[in-house]
Amino acid sequence: MAPDVTRKTTKAEDAWAAAFAQAGAWTGAPQLHALRKDGFVTFSHLGIPTRRNEAWHYSDLRAAVGDGLPLAGAPDADAVAAARAAVRALPAQTARIVFVDGFYQAALSKLADESKISVRALDDVLAHHAPDVITALAGSSIAQGDAMAALNAAFMRGGAVIDIADGHHAAAPLELVFVTSQGAPRAIVTRSLLRAGAGSQMQIIERHLPLGSNAVHANEALVVHAAQGAQVAHVRIQTRAAGRAVFVRSFFAHMDAGAVLRSTALTLGGGFQRQQIFARFASSDANLFLGGASLLRGKDHADTTLVVDHAVPHCESREYFKQIVDEDATGVFQGKIIVAPDAQKTNGVMKSQTILLGANAAMYNKPELEIFADDVACGHGATVGALDANQLFYAMSRGLPKAKAQALLLEGFAGDAFDDVKDEALREEMMELVRNWLAERSAP
Amino acid sequence: MLEIRNLHANIGGKEIIKGLSLTVKDGEVAAIMGPNGSGKSTLSYVVSGRDGYEVTDGEIILNGENILELEPNERAARGLFLAFQYPLEIPGVTTMTFLKAVMNAQRKARGEAEHSTPEFMKIVREASGKLGVAQDMLRRALNVGFSGGEKKRMEVLQMSLLNPSFAILDETDSGLDIDALRVVADGVNALRDDKRGFLVITHYQRLLDYIKPDSVHVMSAGRIVSSGGPELALELEKSGYKNFTGQAA
Repeated sequence: MAPDVTRKTTKAEDAWAAAFAQAGAWTGAPQLHALRKDGFVTFSHLGIPTRRNEAWHYSDLRAAVGDGLPLAGAPDADAVAAARAAVRALPAQTARIVFVDGFYQAALSKLADESKISVRALDDVLAHHAPDVITALAGSSIAQGDAMAALNAAFMRGGAVIDIADGHHAAAPLELVFVTSQGAPRAIVTRSLLRAGAGSQMQIIERHLPLGSNAVHANEALVVHAAQGAQVAHVRIQTRAAGRAVFVRSFFAHMDAGAVLRSTALTLGGGFQRQQIFARFASSDANLFLGGASLLRGKDHADTTLVVDHAVPHCESREYFKQIVDEDATGVFQGKIIVAPDAQKTNGVMKSQTILLGANAAMYNKPELEIFADDVACGHGATVGALDANQLFYAMSRGLPKAKAQALLLEGFAGDAFDDVKDEALREEMMELVRNWLAERSAP
Repeated sequence: MLEIRNLHANIGGKEIIKGLSLTVKDGEVAAIMGPNGSGKSTLSYVVSGRDGYEVTDGEIILNGENILELEPNERAARGLFLAFQYPLEIPGVTTMTFLKAVMNAQRKARGEAEHSTPEFMKIVREASGKLGVAQDMLRRALNVGFSGGEKKRMEVLQMSLLNPSFAILDETDSGLDIDALRVVADGVNALRDDKRGFLVITHYQRLLDYIKPDSVHVMSAGRIVSSGGPELALELEKSGYKNFTGQAA
């Protein structure tokens, strides 16, 4: 792919080009070098997405990042100390892997079942010849046209490579905590890989803790490989970020035969947020659930974009997303289900439901089905509306004041998106975050 | 005691209640019967204070207080309860959570201490046991996936927990088979005493075989056109509404 020489680049793009030219030190194995270079060529060809890119039509990233920010190095001692304090405030966990500004912090992390779960720093792994890791890190081919996933491949560093042994049934969840420190305005690019071995069972809790109010442009990726028969339950909780934050988070899911991947996300907005999910069924009889709730207010912009590639027959996917959009916030849901010509017996249902609270709140829905097989059951639905007046009257007629009734109904609406979270304590924690968000909303 | 005096109410600019007067004394069970479109459900909504219903004239007096200016929750806290014809499903809110929220909201509005969780659990367990409401239902989202009978039973459970001084039952028999109807009626009858008043709105006489009214009122075109004892319901069952609706014209 040749760079488009006619396109006028932005300052931010020029800065990325200069950074890539300087990054000679990162050259590792030829295979890694090729991956980074391919990523960079793709990025320079596409540029930072604008509304003219179909996949980014409702999320003008170029406007959000402006002239861009310098790429951050490893965090300093202050940043690590602040992260340590933030992590200490989290509910206790037996196995926890902490990242600060995208860099894996072994000193803040603790592990259980070390014979069954291995965690290595991405940079260490990449410094050695690790063709299997590099192949897996490349993520999904369905993300190849995405400029930000490509940029991530070019600059990824700092993350971790996590391997769960075949057949291991983890008793306790594994928590991944991504802390964004309160440093100078900067850009972060990180990618981690989690491989769930054949027949393994694992619960992953992914937390994003943005600290401080400085501008941060983060481009974070997590690649999950669920091997044959693996069962991975994944929950992501993103606490509210500062107004100038720009987060682009890519989640690549690869599922082998009979794998089950269930992922639920709670997004509490702040700044510009995009979660993009690229999921691919590599072999039959696999099962995917993607869901979650986004709670937005102020001038928040939050975008959930997903592509589910039913490349093979006999797989099932469910995508259920909910949004509550208040004040001047904007929500986006784009979901595309692709069913390949021979992916018969595919079963896919996608739903997006939104309650708009603010008069200036906006929601853009773009569900798409691309079905090339004839024996499939696929459907999608998207609703946008106000809080149901009948439900409101019902709750008030039983004695709840209007604000309380609204909060209870909204709590239920959002909480419905966490039905798939089987860990009671975790679900309750998510509900508490929703209740806090609602309480802040109805406070005078 | 509920007194409705010369009530006129509009919805969307159209007058539906046209000068309705009705008094239901303490401990009385009054039945309102009437054909479709006579304004029965509208009356229940107006009395309970639903948004979008404009009262243009008249008064609604509950236990001596004019409640017309009050919000639905304020009317509830003063002892009014409406059992819905079609109880709403509240996804994501468990029945237990809902019950606790509404009971404590009413207690708070009346200046009473909120129930502690163990206290509350005990009260709910007792009341639900009496009505044959399975504990499992209490953990499910309110009314979501409940059968018609289960939804109505849940309405009666809420009524018994909220202990209103006046209850309106809007077409409580609709969508119920005989067995479910009997359970619901037994639940209502258990709440009858010499203080609590009931307004039972129904289309068919059948419900009144199970909840025996003290008085029966025929409603037509937004007004009460005839009042009498239980025998009036039987007469209606035999000859239909046509003899009465004629009087309304």
